[in-house]
Order: sequence, then structure tokens, then C-alpha cells
Amino acid sequence: MRRASSALRGAYCSAPGPADVPRYKAEIHVTLKRTVNDPQGLTIKGGLHSLGYAGVDAVRAGKYIEVWLDAPDEADAASQVDAMCDQLLANPVIEDYRFAVSAETAGEAVG
Amino acid sequence: MRFAVLVFPGTWSDGDCQHVLRDRLGQQADRIWHREANLDGYDAVVVPGGFSYGDYLRCGAIARFSPVMGALQRHAQAGRPVFGSCNGFQILCEAGLLPGALLRNDSLQFRCQEQYVRVTRDDTGFSCASAAGDALMLPISHGEGNYHVDDDTLAELEAERRIVFRYADADGQVTPAANPNGSRANIAGVINAAGNVLGMMPHPERSSEALLGGEDGLRVWQSMIQWWG
Repeated sequence: MRRASSALRGAYCSAPGPADVPRYKAEIHVTLKRTVNDPQGLTIKGGLHSLGYAGVDAVRAGKYIEVWLDAPDEADAASQVDAMCDQLLANPVIEDYRFAVSAETAGEAVG
Repeated sequence: MRFAVLVFPGTWSDGDCQHVLRDRLGQQADRIWHREANLDGYDAVVVPGGFSYGDYLRCGAIARFSPVMGALQRHAQAGRPVFGSCNGFQILCEAGLLPGALLRNDSLQFRCQEQYVRVTRDDTGFSCASAAGDALMLPISHGEGNYHVDDDTLAELEAERRIVFRYADADGQVTPAANPNGSRANIAGVINAAGNVLGMMPHPERSSEALLGGEDGLRVWQSMIQWWG
């Protein structure tokens, strides 16, 4: 449960860490597995068809999550984010996830 | 019997469950705040419906990390009964106590209506006060009750007779038209392999008094009392 609670903190807070610890930003996409029916996507597709976009073949809706975190290096940040996705941010029964981690430039973080 | 009725921030059916168990059925029923880490002394745990943590991220996803969930896991592992309804079902799935997950209703609409379910078997601690084949009117009230499992898990559930309740019409016929949310195989309620944890989307506490339009829900509570009391 220790890891789970640290994942929770990571998901909810972006309190500044010690000045010498680099900050990273993770951009996470969570989507329904291909085998899972997506009623939202189907409805959006119907809306696009009714607007005249007859070429729209498929629509899948998902979630986009940004996480700011302090970590010693990018590999550690990525490993933490991967664990967060496994433990909380995605439900492996119905969802897949992918993410990108990048070093945060000063002044860009939100609180 | 001593029932613990769990209360998370945003739970809304705890008062109704407590009322039915205590005032209609004469059981001890205590509302237990989610920060409690000890459920010793309780025979059964009820995880009621509502919108725990505002349904943020996914329904039931955050409630899974409340301190009481560790105690709930131990209670379940000891073979003692756990019943989850609506958001409680979603929490039990997120916690891994039951298979599957609840997706957005296929209609994309919140469905709040009287709903019949067919009792598929009467040899469980959640259905023994009914007869197999009975149709019970149990209200539903949810936007995300579309039960999903993959093909292999569905085959396993069917083979092990773990689908205890299916959405049906008033005659107990399980038809696509009677499915209110797109759930696979009309699944309204499933039980774990050990037979002591059951989750369902309907709200039996809302049809446990004639004044409120029906008493079929009593059968679920009476089953628990008969089986484990």
C-alpha cells in the first residue's frame, strides 16, 4: 500500500520538491482496449457523420492525464509513472495506457 | 447478524441499507466511515451505492485505497460475506474482489428505473431466499453499469455458475430488450469463486418496503441472514 499511496499523492499534488531534484512532466493517454466496446466513441462517430464527415470510419474516446513529479532522473520518473498507471490511472481489465516523460523547464509547472 | 455498512465520501445508499437491515429486519447495522481500519466483530459487510470520491478517474477507483479496504480484503479472505451494490459493485471490481469492470451504459444515459432481474440459482448466500427462475424487481440507478469481462472470463463465469442475477423482463425472461445498460450476457450480479462476495448494479434496499413500491429486495438481505446468520 505504500506505493499506492505515493501514486495517489503523485496524481493529486504537484507541490515543489527540493530545488536540486529535477522535475519531470508525464503526458499519459488512457484508452479503452480495442476489444472493449466504446459507446462514447460510437456516439461521437454518429455526430461526425451527421455533420457530413462521411469518411469517418472509427472514433475511440479516452483520457489524457498530465502528472508533474520530482525524480532523480528520467528513467526513474518513467518507472514511477508506469507503476502509477498500473496501480491507479488505468484499469487493466478494460484500458491500455501509454505515456511520454520529459524534463520540465523552469516556470512551466502548474500547482 | 452484525452488518457493517461502509461509508465513503460520496456514498449515498448507506442510510437506506442501514434502515432496511436494522428497522425492517431487526439486525445490527452500523455505518462505518472509510477511515476505519478494523472490521473485526462484524459478520457481514455491505458496500453501498453512491458516487464515492465523485467517481473521479473511474467509478470506485479511488475508494479502493481507503483504509477500510484492507480490512474488507481480510474479511473476504476469511470467507465472511461481502455484498456490494451499484458503486459498491464498482469498488469490489476495482479492488479485484470480483472480476470485470463497469463501463459507461451503452445508451450513454443515466438509467434510474424499476428493473427486473432473474435469479439464476438459489444455492448462494445472496439468493437462497428466492427460487431459481424468480424475477425480482430491484431498482437501478446508474450511468456506468455496463458490465464487461473478456471472453475467457465470461466463459469461466458461465461454467462456474457465478452469474447469480441477470437483467430480465417481468416474467423472468432474459432478453436483449431487458438489458438496461449493455452488460455482457445481461449480467446484473456476479459472485466470487469462493461464494462469499457478490456485487450487483441494482439497489435491493430501494425495494424493501411496500410503501416504496415493492419488497423483492428483501430477498437479497434475507438470503444473507438465512445463509450466514
